[in-house]
Formats: sequence, C-alpha cells, structure tokens
Amino acid sequence: MTAPPRTTGFIGRPVRRKEDARLITGQTRWTDNLRLPGLLYMAILRSPVAHARIGPVDVSAALAEPGVVAAFSGADLADEYGPLPTAWPVTDDTIVPDHPALATDEVRHVGDAVAVVIAENRYQAADALDAVDVRYDRLPPVVDLEAALAPDAPLVHAGSGTNRCFTWSFSAGDYSAVKARAEVVLSRRFIQQRVLPTAMEPRAVLADTTTAVGESTLWTATQVPHIVRVLLSSVCRIPEQKLRVIAPDVGGGFGGKLNVYAEEALALVVSRRIGRPVKWTASRGEDYQATTHGRGMIQDIEVAAMRDGRALGLKVDLISDMGAYLQILTAGVPLLGRYMYPGIYKFEAHEIRCQGVFTTKTPTDSYRGAGRPEPAFAIERMMDELAAELDLDPLEVRERNWIEHEEFPYTTITGLTYDSGSYEAATARARELFGYDELRREQALRRDRGDRVQLGIGVSTYTEMAGLAPSRWFGQHRYVAGGWETAGVRLLPTGRVEAVVGTSPHGQGHVTTFSQIVADTVGVPLDDVDVLHGDTSVAPHGLDTYGSRSMVIGGRAVLAAAEAVVAQAKPIAAHLLEVEPGDVEFADGRFSVRGAPDAGITIQKVALAAFTAHDLPEGVTPVLHADVTIDPETFSYPHGTHLCASEVDTETGAVSVRSYVAVDDVGRVVNPLIVDGQVHGGITQGLAQALYEEAVYDTEGNLVTGSLVDYMVPGPPDVPPYTTDRTETPATTNPMGVKGAGEAGTIGSVPAVVNSVVDALRPFGVTDVRMPCTPERVWRAIHEHSPRGGVV
Amino acid sequence: MVRIITTVDGARHDDDVEARLLLVHYLRDQLGRTGTPIGCDTSNCGACTVLIDGYSAKSCTVLAVQVDGREVTTVQGLADGDLHPVQKAFHEEHGLQCGFCTPGMIIAAIDLLSDNPDPSDGEVRRGMEGNLCRCTGYHNIVKAVRAASADLRATAQGPAPVEPAPEHAVVRA
Repeated sequence: MTAPPRTTGFIGRPVRRKEDARLITGQTRWTDNLRLPGLLYMAILRSPVAHARIGPVDVSAALAEPGVVAAFSGADLADEYGPLPTAWPVTDDTIVPDHPALATDEVRHVGDAVAVVIAENRYQAADALDAVDVRYDRLPPVVDLEAALAPDAPLVHAGSGTNRCFTWSFSAGDYSAVKARAEVVLSRRFIQQRVLPTAMEPRAVLADTTTAVGESTLWTATQVPHIVRVLLSSVCRIPEQKLRVIAPDVGGGFGGKLNVYAEEALALVVSRRIGRPVKWTASRGEDYQATTHGRGMIQDIEVAAMRDGRALGLKVDLISDMGAYLQILTAGVPLLGRYMYPGIYKFEAHEIRCQGVFTTKTPTDSYRGAGRPEPAFAIERMMDELAAELDLDPLEVRERNWIEHEEFPYTTITGLTYDSGSYEAATARARELFGYDELRREQALRRDRGDRVQLGIGVSTYTEMAGLAPSRWFGQHRYVAGGWETAGVRLLPTGRVEAVVGTSPHGQGHVTTFSQIVADTVGVPLDDVDVLHGDTSVAPHGLDTYGSRSMVIGGRAVLAAAEAVVAQAKPIAAHLLEVEPGDVEFADGRFSVRGAPDAGITIQKVALAAFTAHDLPEGVTPVLHADVTIDPETFSYPHGTHLCASEVDTETGAVSVRSYVAVDDVGRVVNPLIVDGQVHGGITQGLAQALYEEAVYDTEGNLVTGSLVDYMVPGPPDVPPYTTDRTETPATTNPMGVKGAGEAGTIGSVPAVVNSVVDALRPFGVTDVRMPCTPERVWRAIHEHSPRGGVV
Repeated sequence: MVRIITTVDGARHDDDVEARLLLVHYLRDQLGRTGTPIGCDTSNCGACTVLIDGYSAKSCTVLAVQVDGREVTTVQGLADGDLHPVQKAFHEEHGLQCGFCTPGMIIAAIDLLSDNPDPSDGEVRRGMEGNLCRCTGYHNIVKAVRAASADLRATAQGPAPVEPAPEHAVVRA
C-alpha cells in the first residue's frame, strides 16, 4: 500500500519542476515550432549602415522571386500602424523620436528594418531580400556618448536639435559641504559596456488575423504578453478585445523580450494585409541587431570620506546610451538606478545627474537587473577603491559604512526605506564559506614571492530594489502603466485546482512554485494543481514577468486567491457538517468541527457539493473561484555578500575565477532548488559582463560582435562552480516574507569579479580595469602602471 | 531536389530535399520534429545538437543530404517509455530553466558519456564546451551529467558503443 500523496508543507522544499517533463523530451511549443494552415514566412531587410537617408525602396523585383507572395516597403505599410511606443518618458521634456516599424526616410542603426518579404518558406523569403533595391545616402554615425553631446555633433534625429534625450538630477544633503570636510575624495570613471541579452531562443513572432471571428492572434516570444496586447492594439489599430497575445514556451528573456517590437507589429499588419498567417523568426545575428541591448553607460563617481573609512558623500554623473530610439523602458532604465547608488551604506549627502543620449546604435532597454546592477557596481567598486586608498580591508570599510541590522527599517539618503536585512550575517557566513582569512594570507604570500599568477579577492555586499513596482511609484516616475499583479484560483468540481496568473514565466519555474503555494494553502497534492499563464484569453489580467516581481507580487496574489477560495468553501463545509462556519477549522485539505476533529469533510467533497449545488446554504454561490489583485505598497530589498577569488596571470593577462561564494538574502524561499538556479545563472551573467561580453561598435557604427562567434557568451569551461548559501531575514512588507531572487546574482557578481581582478593587480598600481576584463585589458593595465610588466 | 532515405528517431523517411537544406530545417520544417531548436547561425550554441549514427553533431552545420542512409536521434527519440538517464538527471538536478538549450545539452551529454563514462567536473565542462546555456550558469548541468554518469554506470545500460565508419569525420566536422 502506498502512502497518500503529501498535501502540505510544499513551501520551502526543493520540489522538482513540473515544467521539465516536456522540456527534456522535446515536447515544446517555442513560437518557431508553431505552424498554421497557409502559413507564410516573413524575412526582413535591415539597414547595413548605421545612419543614412534612404531613397525609394523598390520591392518589385523581389515579388518576382520564387515563392514570394508579397513584399512591402515602409511607405507601403505606413498607413497600417502608428509609431512604436515608449512607455517611460522620464521627464516633462524627454525627447521621444518617431519610431516606425519600417523606416520610411532614414535608418538610424545597423539592423533598422527597411522592407519585408513574405514567401512560402523561410529560404525563399531570405533569398528574395537580395532583390529589394534600396539606396542609402550616408549620414554621419553617432557612436561615442560624450561626442554625441557636443554642440556641433551630428544629430541622430535631425528634427530634435540635440542628441540629449533627457537630463534629470537629484540631491539630498549638502554634498559640497561634506566634500569640503572630507579627508579623502576619490573619483573614478566606470564604463558599463553594452551587452547583448542573448536569450538562447532568438525572438520569433507568428501572427494570424484570419480567424472567422475577426480576432487577431499573436504568438510571440515575449516576457510581457499583456503589455504587448495593450500597446500593440493601439499601434496596429486593432480593438484591444480583438487582439489575443500568447507567449507560448519562451526560451529565456533577461529583459531582451520585455518590449513591444517592430516585428510584432509587422507580422500583424502583414497578415492583415495579405489574409494569411505570417511567421518571423530571428537568426542570432538578426536578433543581435534588432533586440534591445543592455547597459551602455558612463559613470563618473566621486566619494568623499574620512581617513577612518567613513564615507560622507557620494556624487554621481551619468551618461546613458539610449541607442537610436526609445523602446518601452529605454529611458526609464537609468531612472530605476537613481535610488540605488548608496547601496547598503549611510551617506550624509548625495548628488546624482543623468543624461540620456541618442546614438546610431540598437536601442538599449532592460537587461537582467535593469538599472540596478549599474549602481551596485559603482558603489561596490568605490568601496574597494576607498579601502585600497586607506589601506584597509575592503570588508572593514564596508562594515564601517553599512546599515546595521538593528537600524532597520532604515531610510537611505535617496529616500528608500529598506525594511529588513542583515549585512553582518550574510557577510559572516560568506567569509566562513570562502575561507577569507586564509585566502588573504595566500595572497600576501604570493605577492611577497612575486608570483607570475597573482591572487585577487573581490568583495561585493550589494542590495537591490526588487518587486517592480508599486503602481503609485511608477506613476510618480512617469511610467505609463502600473505594477500590480493578478492571480485567480479555481477549485474545480473534481477537487483539482487551477491557478491563473498574470505573470509570464520563461524559465523561472512559476508553474512549480505557484503550485507549491496553492497546494499548501488549499491542502491538495501538488499534481492536482495546474498553473495557466501567458495567454491573454486564458489569463486576461496581469503585468507579466520582469524586475524580480513574479514571486513578490504575483506569488502574493496566488496565496491570497488560494486563501479566498478556502474561505468560499468554508460556509459550504459548515453547512454540510451542520455547524456554524465559526465552528469549522481548516487544515491540510480538510474542514473539521472545532472540538470534534473526527467530524470533517475534505475540500474535494466540498468542491463537488458546490458544483452540484443541490444543498448550498442561503446566499452561497456554487462557484469556488477567487481573483486577487495585489498592488505592492513598496519594494523589497534582497541583499547578499559575494566573494570572488581570481587568479590573474600577470604575463598573459588571463583571469581565471578560482572560487566564488554567494550568500544571498532573498527573504523567505518557496523553492530552494529554483532560487539556487536563479542565483547560479545570475552570477554567470554578471561574471560574463565582468570578464567576457561586450557589444562592440566600430567608429562607423557597425556592430562588430554581431554573432556568437564574436560575442563571448561563456561556455561551461569559462565559469567556475559556485558555492551558494542563504541567510533569511523575511521581508516585512509582504505576508510571505519573500524578496525576489531573479536578479540578485547578476547585481552582486559584476563588482565582485572586477574587484577581484583589480585586487590582484594592486601591487602594480592598477586602480581599475575596464569591463570586460579581457586578457588584453588586464595586460595593458599592468604595463601602463608598471613598465616592467609582470615584475613588481 | 535530392532524394534521401534516413531514419529519424526510429522512423524511416524517404524525402526529396533541396541540396542546400540544413538538417535542422529538415527535421523541424519538413518532418515536424520541432524538439530540436535553433539558437544561433554560427554553430556556436549547440542547441540543435542531434546524434547521427550515435555521434553528436550540430544539425545546423549538417546538410540534410549528408544524413542519407544514416540514423538520426533527436531529444524526442531518447525516452523509450522511461526517460533516458540523462533526461532524468537534468530533471532531478535542476539542470534546466527555460529549456531551450536542453535538447542539445542532453544529446551532447549522451555523446560525452559514451566516450568517457566517468568524467570529472572539469571533463564535463570541457566536453560540453560547444553547448551554451544562458539560464543555469552550467552549475547544475555539470551536476546532472555527473549524476547521469553514476546512474548509467550503476545500471550498466549505457548506449552501446558504435563503431565509427570513416565518413563520420565528415558529419562531425
């Protein structure tokens, strides 16, 4: 006899993922897998130059090519849609340039779309692009951020009169006064290089406007089907109720699929024009030109401090690369970072200014951490610089400045109130796992010996704001939408449960973690719960998945909806048990009579009784279904201590990460297996920015790293194994105590790794190495400061 | 058009294909075997890895005509009622998140384990260097391959060794 399945205690357990069964057997539904009767393939002709006026685009020869059904220029489709939207004009005077899905008069980055060809198969569509005739009259490219701000700079958008998209600033306290009082003032310039999100699944779109009911359906590899529906219905002039957006299986996002893209609009309007379903799938090279890039920022940072290591003031001046157009969050990304430059530290004064700049490059937008890794990098690098300047241990400098556990809740100089955390506990645990003191001893020994391979130890004690975001906060910051999330829980007649969620997972494992919450709350086996998502007809309300929001906001909504369903079932149970609802208790899927635990009824029996409705109490409806919308009151603040030991070959400049310890505090953990996975992947993406990845543009505005041959996404031998652990100080701002775990790894790891490289090179007088810290850059840094190269 | 006869996941196919047709497009678009995805256009990512006569190959770098007379195994052909031990290990060790690289990872791991039934962590990392994952940081993929290795050795049901014919070098290139 087998034991009955568990019906409680799922939260906190490393439950294996429900998602996996299809994914490991290839029973997948990636957008490119989907086929419909009459399906045509769309290929897109893209600008090979960074900036040019384009003459008339002649598609007539393409129409004569084999298999070609239609071909359109920008002028041909101009009446079909409005400009692509931005959702975040960050100031009153933010310049929002016109952004047509297909260029009509000017192209502004390599990859800007110029024409489309639609054919019976993908090879024919790609072949026929060669037959489209376009004349490009070159205009000057705008590549360098500072040069773009010069008064005589060529303009990306001639009509705007400037390349400056916006300027905002903020200050608190009197920075000039604390600087005057300071004993040490340190300035550094950091470059947050552009990076390519590189979800393993390139973007893909399938549009079908041919259904009999006049409904348009868009399958798209997106993180944000709900946002796509709202914005695209307006762009393509489709009544919102007639547009259904489906995110089927989506192979990663990392911010690159958090947008409303030209190809989505094009597939819809082309399908509408020709009356057949149309599919477009990016090649990797196309994806790199046409999917938003991440980061892209110059950071000038100044810290004023006392010689005992106490930091007083922090000044930040930023130039942020918008690229050629504003995609939905382009201008907002640096604003998300505005609050986070002080990190976990107490400052008396703070000034920050940011200028957004247009360039003739692919637009930037969210990339894992969006706006928060940049400040975490800057402040954590500066803490190491301050430690080096004062000849103090980097952990000691941090301890002198961080918010102590007893001081929570603590309102920082930027006005955010951190609710909870223990930087002491995370750091102590990380130190222990890392063997910090032993490694410092080894480092000293190797420095004394003048070893060719030096050891560097990098520290990062980061925090972030997660759970984006309170709708009111978004409103105050001019974002056009809210940040709430919705979940519905339905108890079905057979006792099974469906949860319908507005988040849209693409690797995060929501089906598993939300099932854990529902199963625990309703008291049913895990396999009796299903989670439906990613289809605006099935899950009509939601704001999707980004910004470490899904558990913090969506999970909360799931919990509340599950509790509400149990509450709906309770009067029915009481009626069937012939007692007052107040006398009924609920635990582990069973209603029982208080004081008489043998008298009880399972929730499955209540579900059936509700469905049959033969004998319901007065005023009780037979439907056991609750929808709950949660709008968070504030952010959550995950934090952690990451320690990285790197071996740096001073003759070749090669960096090898020897050990990496991450102790993160993401609050309460629903599934430790999944949280660890998020941390592993996050660290790796940060490590990749630190050591390997950069979207390089040449002076003509060509994306030189336009494929995976040149863009160095690390493979298995390029990254180390990780030691991860957690401290747990539950968030006090939500009933589950969760803080969000999707971006912490990326935010913590970039400065930890770069600090380790710079630390290894301190004996050479090196105070910074630009990211990515390639062997060449490391070697040059050594030789710039030490003419004798590897000899100290 | 060129006539090819091939076996894919145990089913025999007799098809006319364009000489330039890539194997991965033949599998996906012509046969509807969409379990094998495409992650790049330069043979770097390995998402499209399949077995050809028991050896792993990136199916975006092989022409359909090159598998004439050969046997192709995709991720969809591994589970024979039960999951293959490598599939099982990826699930148990949380070796996947979005799952897009997973078919290629699983196939590459099977090939690695047939060459080296008991690889170290480092040998797993080096042996799988042609496969990229953006979600997991490889940490749990390495664990999964090691776990599968132990499982396969314990049950001694590893894939039967295949004697390579000289032509294999061509498709493996």
